[in-house]
Amino acid sequence: MWLTNSSVGRKVVMSVTGLFLVLFVTFHALMNAVAIFSLKAYEAICEFLGANWYALVGTAVLAAGFAIHIIYAFWLTYQNRKARGSDSYDVSARPKTVSWASQNMLVLGLIVVCFMIVHLIQFWAKMQLPEIMGERPAGGEEALGAAFGPEWWYYTLPIYLLGFCALWFHISHGFWSAFQSIGVNGNNWLPRLKKIAMGWATLVFVLFAVEAIYFTLHFAFGTNF
Amino acid sequence: MEKNISFKLKIWRQAGPKEEGRFELYELNDIPTDTSFLEALDILNEQLVEKGEEPIMFDHDCREGICGMCSLYINGHPHGPATGATTCQLYVRRFHDGETITVEPWRSAAFPVIKDLMVNRNAFDQIQQAGGYVSFNTGGAQDANALPISKVAADEAMDSATCIGCGACVAACKNGSAMLFVSAKVSQFALLPQGKPEAKRRVKAMLAKMDELGFGNCTNTGACAAECPKNIKLSNIARLNREYICAKCAD
Repeated sequence: MWLTNSSVGRKVVMSVTGLFLVLFVTFHALMNAVAIFSLKAYEAICEFLGANWYALVGTAVLAAGFAIHIIYAFWLTYQNRKARGSDSYDVSARPKTVSWASQNMLVLGLIVVCFMIVHLIQFWAKMQLPEIMGERPAGGEEALGAAFGPEWWYYTLPIYLLGFCALWFHISHGFWSAFQSIGVNGNNWLPRLKKIAMGWATLVFVLFAVEAIYFTLHFAFGTNF
Repeated sequence: MEKNISFKLKIWRQAGPKEEGRFELYELNDIPTDTSFLEALDILNEQLVEKGEEPIMFDHDCREGICGMCSLYINGHPHGPATGATTCQLYVRRFHDGETITVEPWRSAAFPVIKDLMVNRNAFDQIQQAGGYVSFNTGGAQDANALPISKVAADEAMDSATCIGCGACVAACKNGSAMLFVSAKVSQFALLPQGKPEAKRRVKAMLAKMDELGFGNCTNTGACAAECPKNIKLSNIARLNREYICAKCAD
């Protein structure tokens, strides 16, 4: 199977799962934004995405996307380290056109995964998981209130902002790199895709960051806008 | 303006492929700035021979930037700090008086050190032999206008064909990937009608050989294209991916 035993094939898997995850985080950020405008509407979305069959299928596909992307990341990194050899350069310089993010994708991904674990404990474990187990799930507002409330916000907010920063760097390289890996790129499109990647990463970052700060102000300090 | 400078050279010395390597510090005094870097190494070697020491082994041949023999990882850059130039096109005027210049061999599992600064780049020959050619009889040269080729395709193919196979892309890549080299070799044929009949077979064979020889997976950092002495473009790698994916899907 060329998707596992050729270098280009492995990168295609990385690329397709990566683009899928970019779409996911974008939808996620847009759905969170609903809570800023109306907590009632947000509650309706949370109920709609409870433990229905379509939500469970969606969750399974998403989990598979994450799992494949992460497993391939470690596999590719292992192979690449082996290809690099055990002797490292005494002096090495990063050319100007090479982005820092592109050389640190695994570390950035790991930071995102650490953030995701905290995030899953705060939300998924209180919302979808109890519903699957047949227990009473927490509502969207309830879970938001717990995570960004007076007791937890000073842990939650910095961890979330750090996670979003790592995500920004990760997407700023990953987005255009994904198109390059599936061969949809050329001399004209390379600079364009790099700019779109920056824009997309920034959009996702700003949405998430504004939401986290808004929820903190709302639930921890009782600010009403 | 020519002047003379003195500098130190921190050079990787390794007696053989299986021996332990180490850095040695050498001093070169009063070297004219118009000396090429390889000439400076020649001067150092003459001094070493006079002293009865083993001279430093390094690859070189044409010394005009077209053969791809010279290598050397100088101060953190393959082919040194100059861009779009090979080591043999590098001059001492690039460096400062009193500077310590670090000179290392290409480091990649697929390019084992033979001795000192010389590495075995036979892996590139093997990739070429796997499919980097047109195998049918070309016969006599055709009339130039008998085979229409767009100017864009002709220029791209020519640019790709300027790859001299020096291995700087592998040396620069944190993954030890040979994608820029393979993509240039695949592109120069894939873009032209003469290369099309064998395009699918070629890309599969060359990529399979590259993977087999232990080169890494491309993560699109772009260090290869940034350090390439012939300015081979990153878009070649996208073309290689495209050609390979299409060939595999056609199977």
